Amino acid sequence: MPAICRDCLSDTPGPGRCRHCASPRVLRHDELLDLSVAHMDCDAFYASVEKRDHPHLADQPLIVGGGKRGVVSTCCYIARIKGVRSAMPMFKALELCPEAVVVPGRMDVYSGVSKQIRAMMEELTPSVQPISLDEAFLDLGGTQRLHGAPPVVLLARLAKRIEDELRITISVGLSHNKFLAKIASDMDKPRGFSVIGKAETMDFLRDQPVGMLWGVGAAMRGRLERDGIRTIADLRRYAEDDLFRKYGSMGAHVWRLAHGIDVRRIQARDPVKSISNERTFNEDIGDLDTLDGHLWRLSLKVSDRAKAASLAGSTVNLKLKTCDFKLVSRQVRLAEGTQLTDEIYAAARPLLERELSKGPFRLLGVGLSHLAEYSGSDAAPDLLDPDAPRRRAAERASDAIRDRFGSDAILKGRALR
Amino acid sequence: MKVSIERSALLKAMSRAQSVVERRNTIPILANVLIEAEGADISFRATDLDIEVVDKTAAMVEQAGSTTVAAGMLHDIVRKLPDGSTVQLNADAATGRMEIRAGRSHFSLATLPREDFPVMASSEYDTNFTAKASLLHRLFDKAKFAISTEETRYYLNGIYLHSATAPGGQMLRAVATDGHRLACIDTELPDGADAIPGVIVPRKTVTEVLKLLTDDDAQIDVSVSETKIRFATPDIILTSKVIDGSFPDYTRVIPQQNQKRMEVDAKEFAAAVNLVSTVSSERSRAVKLSIDEDRLILSVNAPDSGAADHELAVAYADEKLEIGFNAKYLLEIASQVDRENAVFLFNSSGDPTLMREGNDDSAIYVVMPMRV
Repeated sequence: MPAICRDCLSDTPGPGRCRHCASPRVLRHDELLDLSVAHMDCDAFYASVEKRDHPHLADQPLIVGGGKRGVVSTCCYIARIKGVRSAMPMFKALELCPEAVVVPGRMDVYSGVSKQIRAMMEELTPSVQPISLDEAFLDLGGTQRLHGAPPVVLLARLAKRIEDELRITISVGLSHNKFLAKIASDMDKPRGFSVIGKAETMDFLRDQPVGMLWGVGAAMRGRLERDGIRTIADLRRYAEDDLFRKYGSMGAHVWRLAHGIDVRRIQARDPVKSISNERTFNEDIGDLDTLDGHLWRLSLKVSDRAKAASLAGSTVNLKLKTCDFKLVSRQVRLAEGTQLTDEIYAAARPLLERELSKGPFRLLGVGLSHLAEYSGSDAAPDLLDPDAPRRRAAERASDAIRDRFGSDAILKGRALR
Repeated sequence: MKVSIERSALLKAMSRAQSVVERRNTIPILANVLIEAEGADISFRATDLDIEVVDKTAAMVEQAGSTTVAAGMLHDIVRKLPDGSTVQLNADAATGRMEIRAGRSHFSLATLPREDFPVMASSEYDTNFTAKASLLHRLFDKAKFAISTEETRYYLNGIYLHSATAPGGQMLRAVATDGHRLACIDTELPDGADAIPGVIVPRKTVTEVLKLLTDDDAQIDVSVSETKIRFATPDIILTSKVIDGSFPDYTRVIPQQNQKRMEVDAKEFAAAVNLVSTVSSERSRAVKLSIDEDRLILSVNAPDSGAADHELAVAYADEKLEIGFNAKYLLEIASQVDRENAVFLFNSSGDPTLMREGNDDSAIYVVMPMRV
């Protein structure tokens, strides 16, 4: 079975402790050399940075947080023994662990350290997808020839390097997709390294609670539990179509995850997925004419941002919040991508009319999604809408005027409603 | 219910039922087919709430009755059974299962109560007429390609069937458009169809109806109301809701004054379009037509991938013209022509172009040019 010593990085550590450095931190797994999707997560990141910079805090329980909202943002592992957790209100944390040292966060420092770590990751692969300051996915597929070592060696070397150079410990999860890599990194924290291979995926997932699945929060867990589904094994008793029928697209999603299938790719930079703008009113509005004015202004803002970023979107979304806080969300797909106010508004208006009876509303939002690079030309001429080119030209011309003389230089009468 | 039926007859009925049933839906009963046996017939009814198809076929009914089972699963089972076998369906109300026996195979399927199955309410039809299958087939088949998939203009997601006045008299007309191209197909108005209300037949219905129209000489009973359309053969009844919306006034879109006439062999033309568009980029598949006395040059210029041109002999006697089109639209239109040459009538490079087969005005196509 392939193995590697995480301390001396030898690939022939032998059975038991490493035969070269006597370290117990030997990783053994049948698929050790074949897996390439990794999730790296810093251990109690903010607290670790504080302890590194203030060595006298090293053996004391430490909480980073406080400030306006008065919650724990990170706590060190000593504080965790007492039951302190992130996002816990500070007074409760101090009840559990009165001897804890509380320091306010230094975000600029953490973000500096995060950048150093990211730079080290990017030396290994261009496919680094940061999730937050302290965690990232890495796709090391196809890098073996370049680095002359399999992904697992690169990752062990990187974890050791981060520890040596930055004095921050990190936990690594290695698997064959993102969902499992993320679970793995959490299995053996802190300073961990866990592997979930293809062969063991199904067995590993079987007895786990459904809440472990990515995207299954308290609400979904509740629905599943009412139907007697608690573990992933329970989920697997259903066919994909049955789950789809019961829970919609979320059902199909959890079915795939329950079978260890996750086809999401690791994207170096998450592209902008949607542009949206919303407005909460001082008083609830139920009148179409008044809403229409807001709809136009919101469409205009979305359009301005799309134009500035040179993007065009082919789905228009409408968001409404009723006076009793119910969220209504509707969308419509366009034949071709657009960035024009006129077209965004024209698509959103019928959606609003259809939902009007649910009003009055406290919030109205307009969004544009399924974005792509703007091709430089607007939609092809339309037999049924011969005036469209003139309206588009008018909008482009008024954009040019607004660019030069300010965004209020020229407005449609509709915008003043 | 206890019935014996020949496998091929069962397969035919189940294929029809299965294609109407939405594979993925959130209402369990809609995945089922309603099977009813009475007298010497067995009928299979499937619906997606917009379309309902009932297929009646002869069977040995030992015991009348009815039940519903998963359409997709029954279809798959029958499909895999050996050809020529006799299938026995036996629904037992006590167990809530339907047993299927064929040769040495045995299946037991879960059922749902027939009372839960939504049967489409029968309604009054304003117009009833009978038409030959070949005639209806031509109407739908030739217009189908132009149906829009756009969600914003949902009223374009079907074929507008209505009666219209043409130079040759009253016609039964099918029109479809997505704003970029339009198909307008005429056929003689069948007896009794003169008062037909204009209805928009949804895309899925068009697909299902075309499957009914395989036998050219068959007579199809068509019934139309403001909200529904029904097609019936002796064995099959397909009822569909029509799209609730008004179809735009398409007549002003059909150019009347286009003078520049080009005649070209449709097959050669389609092949040439297909050939040169190979180098165009996926997004803007524009083909430029440069037409000069009896000569047509098709060209594509895609800055990032390459360029191509191809010359064709055509009949054209007007002034020189350059005009661009989406390659896909040109191909689809050219492939509608099956007997004579394609005749294109142009006005200018910015105006809609008309295409028809020879001088036959009973099928005309309009396509919007694009800038090249």
